[in-house]
Amino acid sequence: MVSIRPGPVTIGGVALDNHLLLAAGILGTTGSSLARILSLGAGGVVTKSIGPLPKDGHAGPCVVVLENGVLNAMGLPNPSNAFVDEIAPLAKKPVIVSIFGGNPDEFALVASWFEGKVAGFELNLSCPHADGYGSAIGTDPSIVEACTRAVSRSGIPTWVKLTPNVTDITAIGKAAERGGAGAIVAINTVKAMRISTAMGCPVLGNRYGGLSGSAVFSIAVRCVYELYEECKIPIIGCGGVSTADNVIEMMMAGACAVEIGSAAYNDIKVFEIIKADLYSKDGITPEEIIGCAHGRSAV
Amino acid sequence: MGDQLSEPVSILRVKKETPLIRTFVFDRSFAFSPGQFVMVWIPGVDEIPMALSSEKTITVQKAGDATNALFTFGAGDKLGIRGPFGNGFTKGDKILAIAGGVGAAPLLPLAREDCVMTLLLGARTEEELLFVDQLDECTDVMIATDDGSLGMHGYVTDLMDDLNLGAYDRISVCGPEVMMRAVLTRVEEKGIAHKTEFSVHRYMKCGVGICGSCCIDPSGLRVCRDGPVFSGEMLLKSEFGHYMRDASGRKKNI
Repeated sequence: MVSIRPGPVTIGGVALDNHLLLAAGILGTTGSSLARILSLGAGGVVTKSIGPLPKDGHAGPCVVVLENGVLNAMGLPNPSNAFVDEIAPLAKKPVIVSIFGGNPDEFALVASWFEGKVAGFELNLSCPHADGYGSAIGTDPSIVEACTRAVSRSGIPTWVKLTPNVTDITAIGKAAERGGAGAIVAINTVKAMRISTAMGCPVLGNRYGGLSGSAVFSIAVRCVYELYEECKIPIIGCGGVSTADNVIEMMMAGACAVEIGSAAYNDIKVFEIIKADLYSKDGITPEEIIGCAHGRSAV
Repeated sequence: MGDQLSEPVSILRVKKETPLIRTFVFDRSFAFSPGQFVMVWIPGVDEIPMALSSEKTITVQKAGDATNALFTFGAGDKLGIRGPFGNGFTKGDKILAIAGGVGAAPLLPLAREDCVMTLLLGARTEEELLFVDQLDECTDVMIATDDGSLGMHGYVTDLMDDLNLGAYDRISVCGPEVMMRAVLTRVEEKGIAHKTEFSVHRYMKCGVGICGSCCIDPSGLRVCRDGPVFSGEMLLKSEFGHYMRDASGRKKNI
């Protein structure tokens, strides 16, 4: 495996300590939890998605751990504008606030609470299990473009996280690009379900959920590869990354950085573990491999 | 490890312990360490964390929508169980256990391991005291009630004043947070917070350390995965006893 040279990096307008970010929805509900993940080696952190009103989320069960992944239907629980105080101690740190809303105005409203207080925004247009939010609107390119523009016009770096639950993810990626996104994050969870054979009913309180973890890595690599072919803005790979080799593979598909979430289940020190394998002082620069798999084929 | 879907259990019987507390006996056992918890799926309602009171029982206080629904369940009804999760109490040879209300639930299996020299048991009234007979069988029990209906008229912390705390190698505490904070203050004054452990309760969703709902300030430690049992030293300068977070993540004072 190749190794890459360590050092700070700027992706989509956001200065990061390294190429590994905490993905939205994992350990991002409190400021102290985010601070802990930064202290454990993440190059940046994306918060739990924050919406226009506080939400308790779906009734449980909300999470089921599977052999190769995690199935969840949290239902966007969030403290809404109380989160401004929650992350105030993290000012000047590489904190990206994930935002959700039902329309461009709601996205702009939530973003306005954090102006001048965070490094950037990541728009959740991709959660697969919340009525009226996430992928319910994130599958429509015109809505994605409008929501992106509503936030990016603030001048604050705005990333857009895409759903893989579409026929052509590049149409959504291009819409985000038109809306002024600084980067695309691909992918959010894959809509999924499990049924308890003993109970004869779905195992999640919300019935439907989103699958993350190693089980979706192949899908994420494919989406990053497709987006790299069609979009000019940076791509951040997300979905099942759990090793340094996964990071290199994402980069070869076209990702400039990666987000890591479910792998924190196995070990919360996942960032330090991957960094130890990924970086070496005599490594290559990432630019040498980002997108290198394009134009090449196995036969 | 395979898929960790909920294990189905059937309720064999339900035992009324106090006016507000019942024990649900399952048809199968879970290997566990006292202080560990399971995520209990109440089909059609919710999933809630609950300490195991033995390898095949949970002992539950009626406290909200989910536990209200659970109290309608009886013999033959099915629940789903994930876990056990979390760390459990550190073992000792001469433990002082301090229980308030339903907090006796995770301390009963500890006492049954024959390592608890003394157990201080508190509740508001005599009829709300949990596991008096079971605890009497395996340890030396001292009782306090808020109304004086049995034992000392006062709090379990008052019972501590009559003990030589230096005689114990560990102190294991579970109960309402206000009571646990009072114990923490007492052990801090005596310089023994480091050998005292508290079972912390916080709102949980995932139970496995990834969602972040139960993280405590300022350490960011996860109650479900790094706890639920924490040393008093770790809790001294923390949110413990002051505030917690609700399902949305907003702070609420204790």
